Amino acid sequence: MSVKMECGEHAVTAYLSGEIDHHCAKEMRDEIDSACDRIKPQMLILDFRDVTFMDSSGIGLVMGRYKLMQQFAGEVVIAGANVHIQKVMKLAGLDRLAVIEKGAKR
Amino acid sequence: MTVRNEMKLSFPSRSANESFARIAVAAFVAALDPTVDEVTDIKTAISEAVTNCIVHGYKDTLGTVYIQARILEGGKIQIRVRDKGCGIPDVKQAMEPLYTTCTTGERAGLGFAVMQSFMDKIRVSSRVGGGTTVTMEKTLKSRPALHG
Repeated sequence: MSVKMECGEHAVTAYLSGEIDHHCAKEMRDEIDSACDRIKPQMLILDFRDVTFMDSSGIGLVMGRYKLMQQFAGEVVIAGANVHIQKVMKLAGLDRLAVIEKGAKR
Repeated sequence: MTVRNEMKLSFPSRSANESFARIAVAAFVAALDPTVDEVTDIKTAISEAVTNCIVHGYKDTLGTVYIQARILEGGKIQIRVRDKGCGIPDVKQAMEPLYTTCTTGERAGLGFAVMQSFMDKIRVSSRVGGGTTVTMEKTLKSRPALHG
């Protein structure tokens, strides 16, 4: 599990990789939150293309970041989520909170 | 009901073992030659059940998580995840989607919803002070010929 941050002026991209579960979610969100708190971007892009597994801890991760981004009227975009990750996300209705980009790899 | 194969696993309720537990169960059911989707569904459900034992059952204490997995006839698998932790006072409420006792906003309250949606059947029995047992079943549909 790791997260690589790319910070622009208006957008922050978090490239998540590996497995997202309760054990490793905290470390990921700490890193994302510190970047967002500092930059207060208009857009946070969560890139899931290298995520190999995700349980409902990943939903908590997205929901928590959605709340954070709401504080500065920013939006959350989910990119690169595979079929399984999208299935977990839709179960939680995350497609109503964040923009889930189409055309993700399987 | 004939049990074709069975395994038991117990480990301390450390969060690092969430990954171990789902991989161990996935390795056990691999004998049935499941599809990638089926394995991912099972891994996700196990991850939720084990996380519940660690986060809720044993909360701020360390206990033992028990898993029993069985391969039954017709490609049916039965997995039981058990803790001897605090128990759930109201199982029906705990299973409601989005219900969570977590106050930090970082747990979605969807653990049971994921288990229900990814497995065919789930049964929860719990006693306050005694612990919780989650029993899940799924019939693999992928390659019926192999299941005999």
